[in-house]
Amino acid sequence: MNKSELIEALAEEMKISLRDASSATNTILDAMADALANGDSIEIRGFGSFVVKTYDTYYGRNPKTGDKIQVKPKKLPFFKVGKELKEQVNNAAD
Amino acid sequence: MTLTKADLVQKVYQNHNFTKAQAAETVEAFLQITKQCLKNGEDLLISGFGKFNVKQKKSRRGRNPQTGNELILDARKVVTFKPSGILRSRINGE
Repeated sequence: MNKSELIEALAEEMKISLRDASSATNTILDAMADALANGDSIEIRGFGSFVVKTYDTYYGRNPKTGDKIQVKPKKLPFFKVGKELKEQVNNAAD
Repeated sequence: MTLTKADLVQKVYQNHNFTKAQAAETVEAFLQITKQCLKNGEDLLISGFGKFNVKQKKSRRGRNPQTGNELILDARKVVTFKPSGILRSRINGE
């Protein structure tokens, strides 16, 4: 499923216009992205949580050439599946 | 600070012509649709945010780290998240 299919499903479920479903979806995703950009975490019961991990500078290698390179400090978001969703994904009949 | 479902409801309420109840229902529907997609074993692609994948893991031998006893870990499905380039740059303030 992609974002436009998600918006269509939301419009249908809520009986709202595609425009409203689209802007509500963007509001939700923006709020989540903003929180992560601020270094905040996200916790949604039954779905999962996101945390941002901070990495210091480290030296790595270019796997292609073997050259030693400096990797700049960075932040990356990590997702941890919630208990309920984890169980449901795993137990769903194929 | 942690972003929760209540915060998402508040954002949707503020940004749209929805009642508080409608905002709550919309956020709930959004989560239900995304969860259902993953439960069906289908990947969820949200452009600009990231990709949720359902991965099939094979059964493997493992150990109980507390007792050291060997045990078989059953085949299972897990949900993984890969942030999009846009989200990564946003988190890194680029």
